[in-house]
Amino acid sequence: MNAPRDIAAAPALMEAYFHDLAAILDRALVAGEAYMAWFSAEASDFVRMNHGKVRQPGTVSQRYLEIELIKDKRHASHRVSLTGNLDDDREALHSIVAALRGIVPDMDEDPHLLVATDVVPTRSVRGEPLPPAEAIIDSVVGAASGLDLVGIYAGGPIHRGFANAFGQRNWHEATTFNLQWSLYHRDDKAVKSTLSGFAWDERSLVSKMNEARAQLAHVAMPARTLDPGKYRAYLTPAAMEEIAGLLCWGGFSARALETKQSSLSRMREGARLDQRVTIAEATADGVAPAFQGEGFVRPQRVALVENGELVGSLVSPRTAREFSLAANGANGGEGPESLAIDGGTLDAGEALAALDTGLFVGNLHYLNYSDRPACRMTGMTRFATFWVENGRVVAPVNVLRFDDTIYRILGSNLEALTKQTELILESGTYFERALASMRLPGALVSEIEFTL
Amino acid sequence: MPDADRFTFSDLPPLSLDCDFWTLRRVDEMSESFAVRKNVALPHASCTDRGAMATVYAGGGYGYAATGDLSPSGLASALERAAELARATAKYALFDSRTLPRPAPRGEYASPSVGSPMRSRRECYELLMRESRAAPTDPRIVDWEASLAVINATHRLITSEGGDIVQRYRFLFPHMSVTAHADGDTQSRTLYGDRGICQQGGEEILERFGFAGSMRRLADEALELVAAPNCPSGTMDVLLLPDQMILQIHESIGHPLELDRILGDERNFAGTSFVTPDMFGTYRYGSELLNVTFDPTRGEELASYGWDDEGRAAERVHLIRNGILERPLGGATSQVRAGLPGTSNARADNWNRPPIDRMANLNLEAGDATLAEMIAGIEHGVMMETNCSWSIDDSRNKFQFGCERGRLIENGKLGAVVKNPNYRGISASFWRSLKRVGNESTVRVLGSPHCGKGEPSQVIRVGHASPACVFSDVAVFGGEDA
Repeated sequence: MNAPRDIAAAPALMEAYFHDLAAILDRALVAGEAYMAWFSAEASDFVRMNHGKVRQPGTVSQRYLEIELIKDKRHASHRVSLTGNLDDDREALHSIVAALRGIVPDMDEDPHLLVATDVVPTRSVRGEPLPPAEAIIDSVVGAASGLDLVGIYAGGPIHRGFANAFGQRNWHEATTFNLQWSLYHRDDKAVKSTLSGFAWDERSLVSKMNEARAQLAHVAMPARTLDPGKYRAYLTPAAMEEIAGLLCWGGFSARALETKQSSLSRMREGARLDQRVTIAEATADGVAPAFQGEGFVRPQRVALVENGELVGSLVSPRTAREFSLAANGANGGEGPESLAIDGGTLDAGEALAALDTGLFVGNLHYLNYSDRPACRMTGMTRFATFWVENGRVVAPVNVLRFDDTIYRILGSNLEALTKQTELILESGTYFERALASMRLPGALVSEIEFTL
Repeated sequence: MPDADRFTFSDLPPLSLDCDFWTLRRVDEMSESFAVRKNVALPHASCTDRGAMATVYAGGGYGYAATGDLSPSGLASALERAAELARATAKYALFDSRTLPRPAPRGEYASPSVGSPMRSRRECYELLMRESRAAPTDPRIVDWEASLAVINATHRLITSEGGDIVQRYRFLFPHMSVTAHADGDTQSRTLYGDRGICQQGGEEILERFGFAGSMRRLADEALELVAAPNCPSGTMDVLLLPDQMILQIHESIGHPLELDRILGDERNFAGTSFVTPDMFGTYRYGSELLNVTFDPTRGEELASYGWDDEGRAAERVHLIRNGILERPLGGATSQVRAGLPGTSNARADNWNRPPIDRMANLNLEAGDATLAEMIAGIEHGVMMETNCSWSIDDSRNKFQFGCERGRLIENGKLGAVVKNPNYRGISASFWRSLKRVGNESTVRVLGSPHCGKGEPSQVIRVGHASPACVFSDVAVFGGEDA
């Protein structure tokens, strides 16, 4: 399989193309106008697998530009898909600017508009060309020979760019891959694995596959059904990702905190987590761009929770204006893109021994709030979740529903966080391949309430 | 670059594809969003999204390639790329693409009143601002918003067998929400949930749901909720209104019946299903009152169409009849793989994703009870409305839902408002506790624009029409302080 021609050309030419688009916008303005533009593009291989075979192989080449035209504190935006042919795209951009020019005067002045006028250029290019998807699939199918593997390989370059009328240009390019797969024993009993990064490493695939194959032996043991109740539990970093992911849903948003809609609002009224819990938006440690959608450059680290207390929030430019706060590089949704929870003192290799008897929760699934103001959340165990006795895995556990608050799980009932933290690249592919990550420890919890 | 509805075979350069079958599916979507939050108009946002998906069957393999380059050479290049992929991976193919149907549908579909005039941009903002200003000046009201999104779309599918269909849509997404806060608690009310109002058509949708004038009522209800006691805990009857029923149907009937889940495709991501192929035709999914249809032909419903994205003609069919499971939600490809009958539901959320089995419109058929009769028939229970929380296991069995608002029912009469009404259950047994089904007067045609699934992932529009329903002996509980 040859690399698609657009993909092959993209890494070298995409940045120049982005600058050409910005130059077209610069020339399209008339006196008194300004613009902001957000560029998002990717050239991705997607290979979906099931039962150790290929279900749907494909490629997607997409380029989008969102243009915001501003005049006299009035503004409007238009997002457009681009063809990659500069002549066609020039025509489209001129049409869009003309259309926005017709809309903007009809808009009210926006009291919450905050524009980045300091010019702070940035440039980041990371990753290296990946092997053709055909070669990777050869390896994956070969390594999983005889196994019921289901999953997806997604790889290729991802591009983000920002430009504005003041001459700011920011460029972020990452060539990444994310191979996510599950090995199934039967029914819902499986082991899930991930291999992701910036450079394909055949040895890592073999090692991870062998590790997963070994875990299948545990999954194949007779399953145990636990009654509802409170159980001691160890949450792996992958399980913690689901909990942290739910907290990211408005939890750290300054707008949600100011309007009392954040699940962590009670932390402003005295509620707190265990003093060993420290959470930050750590852009320097992640894969997200160092700039946000309106051109504000992100601090390397924004403290959110320190020693169990809520000390910060993610403030978008719009929220900054509305509530007289200082913007700190957040996008409009004010969700973390590089969340990091500091590690603790428990050696991850000792987690089973420290758990002693209880639940080893490998993965969680489909979390939601059962009482958002109380930050009480519910969700299911999934994949490799085991009953452990005397530090030894004795049985896989049939799926269980938990329903408990963050103030108990990472508060009064937290026994330890692992010393080691794991960098988990976001594998999301809704609309586009995600550029986000979390760095998380595992957590040992004295009891979690399981209800079904 | 012609628009999708003017795009023809003749726009393509001569092709020399060595393949068994190909399709080109072009999507043109233009959207506009209006919103007013706390009496401030948010900036106008619009989008133009155009692209094409080429799909090729070659040598027993299957491949796809999506591109935003809609020039003749760009489309030809995508077809060639898809053919390369099909041939290169044929040796690993999960199924032989030569066994799949090669459709050649021809025709057109259009949303109801697709060309009818809509109010102007200024009039949209005026409507939203009127609603926003109707929220009471009360320090406990901390946030509120009214919004409207409109999408005009043209989808074109051509096939190498001579198929050529054009489908023109207009979708509306009106939304309203109010949040109140007092004494450390926060409660929100929305108009039929988060984008629960989503239909095809025009201005009549706003009228149908009484959009104008709703903000005041929602604000009053949010204030009432923030002062209300928690929902009690216990085993009791629940009366679920349509804006909760749609999630119950979606999560514990729709997803488990998706044939690609049953075939294992989703096991690494969205999950598997407790339903197995041997259940069709005999399995008692629910009580005799349970009748569920797949119906992409109900004009105003969000996921209506003339053909799915593999070119199979839309058709209304029963999935569950009198409680017995009849057929899964599976498109032509899944039907061949499973050897089961299915539905016309192979759908993609945009030009850059391939079709997979999706719900489209999944409806619970009306029964014979009025709302008053259903309330009168409950000795001890809770009426719940407007979903705000949903969670279910990866086999789509153990679920838990939360609603915005509850009202106690005692001895056949509606009582006090309660907050944080939640309930949990197991799909395989829950539907067998269905004991009353509301008549047509209780039906609402709602839906969701946010159904997520697939690798790579897709967010698709689904419609759900449902009456109010009563379930017996359900585990009910409230919020943390209950």
